[in-house]
Amino acid sequence: PQNEHIELHRKRHGRRFDHDEKQRKKEARQGRLRSKKARTLRGLKAKLYNKERHKEKVQMKKTLRAHDQRDTRQRADDQEVPEGAKPVYLLDREDQTRAKVLSNMLKQKRKEKAGKCDVPIPKVRATSEAEAFRALRSGKSKRKAWKRMVTKVTFVPDGFTRKPPKYERFIRPTGLRFKVAHVTHPELKATFQLPLLGVKKNPTSSLYTSLGIITKGTVIEVNVSDLGLVTQSGKVVWGKYAQVTNCPENDGCINAVLLV
Amino acid sequence: TMSSTADDNDDNGEDRAVLVQFVSETGEEAGPPLQALLGSTVADLKATLDAQLIVQSGDYDDQVIYKFFVDEAEVATSLAVAVDCGQVNERLLRIVYQPQALFRVRPVTRCTSSLPGHSEAVLSAAFSPDSRNLASGSGDAAVRFWDLSTETPLHECRGHKHWVLCIAWSPDGRRLASACKRGQICLWCPDTGKQIGRPLARHTQWVTSLAWRPLHLDSECRLLASASKDCTVILWDTIVGQVSRVISGHEQAVTQVRWGGTDLLYTGSRDRTVRVWRADDGALCRTLQQHAHWVNTLALSTDYAMRLGANEPGKPAPEIGAPRTELCERARRVYEAARRDQPERLVSGSDDFTLTLWTPETDKRPVARLTGHLQLVNDVRFSPDGRLLASASFDKSVRLWDGRTGKFLATLLGHVGRVYQVAWSADSRLLVSSSADSTLKLWDIGAAGGKNRLKPVNDLPGHADEVYAVDWSPDGQKVASGGKDRELKLWRN
Repeated sequence: PQNEHIELHRKRHGRRFDHDEKQRKKEARQGRLRSKKARTLRGLKAKLYNKERHKEKVQMKKTLRAHDQRDTRQRADDQEVPEGAKPVYLLDREDQTRAKVLSNMLKQKRKEKAGKCDVPIPKVRATSEAEAFRALRSGKSKRKAWKRMVTKVTFVPDGFTRKPPKYERFIRPTGLRFKVAHVTHPELKATFQLPLLGVKKNPTSSLYTSLGIITKGTVIEVNVSDLGLVTQSGKVVWGKYAQVTNCPENDGCINAVLLV
Repeated sequence: TMSSTADDNDDNGEDRAVLVQFVSETGEEAGPPLQALLGSTVADLKATLDAQLIVQSGDYDDQVIYKFFVDEAEVATSLAVAVDCGQVNERLLRIVYQPQALFRVRPVTRCTSSLPGHSEAVLSAAFSPDSRNLASGSGDAAVRFWDLSTETPLHECRGHKHWVLCIAWSPDGRRLASACKRGQICLWCPDTGKQIGRPLARHTQWVTSLAWRPLHLDSECRLLASASKDCTVILWDTIVGQVSRVISGHEQAVTQVRWGGTDLLYTGSRDRTVRVWRADDGALCRTLQQHAHWVNTLALSTDYAMRLGANEPGKPAPEIGAPRTELCERARRVYEAARRDQPERLVSGSDDFTLTLWTPETDKRPVARLTGHLQLVNDVRFSPDGRLLASASFDKSVRLWDGRTGKFLATLLGHVGRVYQVAWSADSRLLVSSSADSTLKLWDIGAAGGKNRLKPVNDLPGHADEVYAVDWSPDGQKVASGGKDRELKLWRN
């Protein structure tokens, strides 16, 4: 091999006598050289270099601060007792101040009047028809292009039967049909795999909702009987809404957040 | 069928004789069926029952007060009122009798003193089992002992470095354990106010609850269990000052720990489960899964009895120098009387607005699921006789449930803010609840008479800010309450 001659030489003859000193001095020079480079570079190269350097500086600051804290850890015991003492049952609970509670109540009433709902992802990029559908050619000479195949993930209910193929305008491929979703409970921070019951609303259009197309931001209905939630009167809750948080056609699974 | 016109017809009057059968709450029959008048009052029924019990067992206690129930309805004034007169002709009436506590606790009406002293909010308050001492823990990292005869501060104990979250008296009343937000537990002597031993530190996060081993299992009160946010429960040997056992298994913070009378530990946690452990080797016996959100509180039907230790309710406390074996024996008698040969019942209250009733010693399926609250359940307490259950919730109401079956009995409405804690009086007739609206309210359960919405008997205002802790002394004389306004208030009749 070509590249081992340097190492071989080092093994056989060792290094120069002043190698370590030269190494040390070269490294000592690096700080000065780097700052000179930062000062004299221009243009795109300067931008990139400065970006790298900033990142390094930030990291260095963090490590220095961590070392400082490690050295002064003894002093943590002498810290003052903080204010705002709460009993055990109120720890880890968000406690709203009373003024905030009133203003929240007013805001809630206004929102309900306006008909807006509280969802985790309020604004979603609409998927255009060109993105969601692909034109399929049909007919004896493959000239007719009135059929569309859905390229996004869909949900079809149980007992769904296709329309006769001759009249079917929208084709939902079985490979993109999903029955379960990974739903996260926002307060418990636990994720469960729950069966889908249906698509409630796709933010792009009602056509997508009726086709059952699931994209990011779609509100779906899931079967939560496994979670054991109960209503006030004691009946078991078995369906709840959740909002999809990923792009299922890219990931291969539907991730959603439960709307509590 | 009876005609509805009330003539001078003896059949429609209250002199009709009906066939009754007295049954105890556990289902045992007191004797053969008897004839009784339809118009008999509670006193008449008691006399009849006493007569039957003399025949059965040969001796009876004249002083015992009974409550009678026909078909779940309480006999408040007379049998005729409680029973539907039309259908009683041929039927055998089963009357369930419940012995009530002999002594009566008087309702508290006035605040006798406001005890300033803490420089931050009072987070917990507890009377000792013999009602001689009162201790409180607060956000200024101090534990204070108060002199009850003069209602003045007695000792101030500094040793913690963060808020004192929970305090627990040992069942013999000789020591107090307090735990802080930094995870340290200190033991104090109430007579001198000095710390006993060194602080017990092993938890990495704050301690959420403390539970001593009951006196009838452990006459020296050696073992103490502490539950913490770091998902472990540690059993401490308090005499040596070391860790005896670390019980880990929960996946999230453990919010409550209770030591059962048969040496089982019950722990409720934020991972939505309640687990049952054997205290001697720390092995997991059962996992009780039902809740859909954090489990906030636990309560055992024999809680009050085990808290009292060797002090029998209504009777004078044992002398201070009594030997340990005698205390242990008395504690055992109190415990057996509270248990009445039934398995212990456990109730868990959760953030999913429901409570669940279990018999954790025998079954891992719940006995009942108690729904009805509109907000999370913060505190649950069994009445001292174990027949009733009170749950305090953030929906400003307290609900009463039957302690054995879990059936809903009544809603106590009156608070205008979240209800934080409830405390029962020693005779199970009165209940006091503390709330974020800075008032305490007193409810009379004994005189409820089957109504399902109750109003408070007494309103106890006076606090300036939210009331975080409330406790009723075991001798029934005083109620202590403390909260965000840094004052501890004592209430009496």
